[in-house]
Amino acid sequence: MLLTDVVTALGLQVLTSGIDLDHEVRSGIVCDLLSIVLAKAQQEDLWITIQRHQNIVAVAKVTSVAGVILADGIIPEQAVIDRASKEGIPLLAAKESSFVVSGKLFALLSSGEE
Amino acid sequence: MSANLTYEVHAGDIEQGGSASAALKSELRKMGICEEQARRVGIIAFEGEMNLLLYATNGGTLNAKVTSEAINITIEDTGPGIDDIDLAMTPGYSTAPDWAANLGFGAGMGLVNMQRNSDFFEIHSHTDKGTLICCRVNRRKNHAAD
Repeated sequence: MLLTDVVTALGLQVLTSGIDLDHEVRSGIVCDLLSIVLAKAQQEDLWITIQRHQNIVAVAKVTSVAGVILADGIIPEQAVIDRASKEGIPLLAAKESSFVVSGKLFALLSSGEE
Repeated sequence: MSANLTYEVHAGDIEQGGSASAALKSELRKMGICEEQARRVGIIAFEGEMNLLLYATNGGTLNAKVTSEAINITIEDTGPGIDDIDLAMTPGYSTAPDWAANLGFGAGMGLVNMQRNSDFFEIHSHTDKGTLICCRVNRRKNHAAD
């Protein structure tokens, strides 16, 4: 499923600008410990986290995840958003908790497999 | 193909954390290194960069030498060194301060991630002198089992 369709279906707010969202999302990872994300995240995963600092951009970059969903209504500082835009990492905001967002994403991606 | 890329990492500069490894991965992709190899180098570099930033008294250096055979990554600092390398290599063991743990560091997987993504991994450390970590990611598949 394309990221742009995930954004629409989950009602996510796109924080970054100038990034093409027409790329594939295959699965997801929910984690706030960066080394675990580095160990487990796969290319084309959507990463759901409540971390909001600069380092999430680098972790997303080296793992080539499809994007980062910040749960619980968290909005990072503008510097983080600017860095993500520069690096081509979509930052998306959700009002719901990580639990709810991951449940919705799982159901959405599973329905696409049928 | 050959290239020598060096990045200085400053102690405690958390705002810039990950910028060297992100830049390194971008450079490798521009050079035509495949995503899988660039990703492995990026993970090694990120963990090494964060160790320099969080633990090394004076920061340190991240270097990547690219040849047609392999990408050799070295991470070097001048202290304080690691007292017990076996303990530091134990999954889950961490000495991250609380402020770093609150930012999602301190999973105790840094060195383990570096080793798992390397075809060759070596760590030398002397208390009060510093730590040198050497990692290699092979570019040719038939070397992957070295």
